[in-house]
Amino acid sequence: MRPEQGTMQSRAQAMAVLLELLTDQPVIICNGFPSREAYKLADRPTHFYMIGSMGVAPAIGLGVALAKPMKKVVVLDGDGNVLMGMGTLATVGAMKPKNFVHVVFDNEVYGSTGNQPTLSRSVRLDQVAKAAGYVNVERVREREDIAYEFKDMLGKDGPSLLLIKVTENAEDVGRVELDPPVITDRFRKAITGH
Amino acid sequence: MIESDQFVQALEDIGFNFFTGVPDSILGGIITTLMERQLYTPAVREDEAVAMAAGAYMAGKVPVVLMQNSGLGTSLNAIISLNVIYRQPCLLLVSWRGFEGKDAPEHLVMGRTMTHLLDAVSIPHRTFSEATAVEDFRWAAQTFMNERIPFALLLKKGIVKGIQP
Repeated sequence: MRPEQGTMQSRAQAMAVLLELLTDQPVIICNGFPSREAYKLADRPTHFYMIGSMGVAPAIGLGVALAKPMKKVVVLDGDGNVLMGMGTLATVGAMKPKNFVHVVFDNEVYGSTGNQPTLSRSVRLDQVAKAAGYVNVERVREREDIAYEFKDMLGKDGPSLLLIKVTENAEDVGRVELDPPVITDRFRKAITGH
Repeated sequence: MIESDQFVQALEDIGFNFFTGVPDSILGGIITTLMERQLYTPAVREDEAVAMAAGAYMAGKVPVVLMQNSGLGTSLNAIISLNVIYRQPCLLLVSWRGFEGKDAPEHLVMGRTMTHLLDAVSIPHRTFSEATAVEDFRWAAQTFMNERIPFALLLKKGIVKGIQP
């Protein structure tokens, strides 16, 4: 049951497409390889890299989005993460923050711990988000589709969820070299100006 | 007994301005007041609530998370692997179910061990009372500024007017 056609990207390839389209938007990136890849691809003070607390990236993003309704907040998440904190799809769907863009890289495995399968192979997370009340939901895999849909979501009212089917491939990346309090301080400064 | 309106006003007066959490009967009056004032964002789980508080803090807010003490169990990993290590402060307003063993069975273990649990993970805590209310609120404001980690104000039944006083 794979309705998508075309070439599947690695998560890092897909992430690079997204980061190119971003400027000063707050971006929350989930723990594990996604944060490490984002840090390597483009480190910005507006990036909040998670190193633990799996499953709560969209909750952090929701907190930012509610406090700063004029800023478009982007969450870069994974399928294992969404499954762990699936209740937050309901919170977002109910609160309906217009400035919330939730990207889910779906590789159907727990990639940071040895590629054990997740349930996203049989559970359509995009449909769960739709049912929970996300306003715009798209499921893509092609590079051009990723860029088109993400640009579209950045420009219109959400909450939006972009599910990107990606390969299991992870980049050879080191850990995020910033101390967690430093990540907090510079993100806060970038968002609030102080 | 303190009116929930007074309690919320005191929190607002010292600067708290973002409220989320998961309900408990002891907290019911406070949550009703917060909802009337349109200050409350309901969460579905306590780890979601502390993460929302972390985001709100980084966006300039001064957050409070309301929860039953059972929620400390649910949210402990987020508290210690997000809020604590990233230095994202919030006031945890925690209802003390199972206090002195007088509660339903599911509350007894957490009721007995909660303060030890908080001590074990170095979360500052203090038990709120009407007689010490002024100092309790001052402690909350100072701990937020000085410690920059989550800290808990524990609320027993019958101190602030709840849904079932």
